[in-house]
Amino acid sequence: MSNYIYIAIMLLTTVAIRELPVLLLRKPLENKFLSSFLYYVPYVTLTVMTFPAILRVTDSLYVGAAALLVGTALAIKKVKMFPVAVCCSTLVFVLELI
Amino acid sequence: MLGAKDGIPIGLGYLAVSFALGIAAKNAGLTALQGFVTSLINAASAGEYAGFRVIADKSPYLIMFAVTLVVNARYFLMSCSLTQKFSPDAKLPQRLAAGFCMTDEIFGISMAQKGFLDYRYTVGAAVVAYPLWAVGTALGIIAGSVLGDNLVTALGVMLYAMFICIVVPPAKEDKRVLAAVLVSMLLSLVCSLAPVVKDIAEGTRTLVLTVIISAAAALIFPREEATENE
Repeated sequence: MSNYIYIAIMLLTTVAIRELPVLLLRKPLENKFLSSFLYYVPYVTLTVMTFPAILRVTDSLYVGAAALLVGTALAIKKVKMFPVAVCCSTLVFVLELI
Repeated sequence: MLGAKDGIPIGLGYLAVSFALGIAAKNAGLTALQGFVTSLINAASAGEYAGFRVIADKSPYLIMFAVTLVVNARYFLMSCSLTQKFSPDAKLPQRLAAGFCMTDEIFGISMAQKGFLDYRYTVGAAVVAYPLWAVGTALGIIAGSVLGDNLVTALGVMLYAMFICIVVPPAKEDKRVLAAVLVSMLLSLVCSLAPVVKDIAEGTRTLVLTVIISAAAALIFPREEATENE
């Protein structure tokens, strides 16, 4: 298993995903199932990757849980991405010191 | 250059988050150069993160293709929307150049432009933001080993925070997304604990859960219009 082959597959796939619609499409997707599926995919995949993985960032479940709760609360309050990332990161750093 | 100014705040956010991504890349065994090139061309936070996990797991190449396809599928939708935003006069190379730049953020600012999209705006934003994303990744790979474990763990959380920031606003606006997110949390938790299933590589688990849950959501809560909320 070579890193270069993995990376090449990743890059070619991503570029194809971005460029195929540009090459082929002049109209919006008509298929309701496909467009609905594509609509839900990012949220489902990000959720699956974040939870429960965030609980395991340190040996203590509570540190990750605190970051998850604070991050969610700030995002609900419409705080921008970068400040939320810094807050969560700082929180974990401080909790780890305790 | 058009769009470059709007690319600066996006790029600075990218720099910090891609640093965390670089730490994940380092754990997968990538060199700084490999991380730089991957990020410069890929420019996909979740897609790269999932891909680095596949490399770390040493899963088959086919899994890399499938994981990338599914995790980055949203860019397909964004590019579909993008095609509607071009002037009919826009030439194919110009369309392709803008298509290459479809990240969540650059798609967002491009679609917010009034009238037809000038491809130079989208490309200008990417010319600023993409190198910062790539440099951050390389720095994460290099400095991730210099920094203490505590700091690396803390920075790694940034990526999750970014994911939370992408998921929460639409979940707040749209009950269907909220339902999909809650079900995803539950099933992901169950799959991480259940015997046998928990031993399946994480990238593969992400892929299977994403396809099943998104397909179920699309069947149960189909969207009325293809362009709704986009």
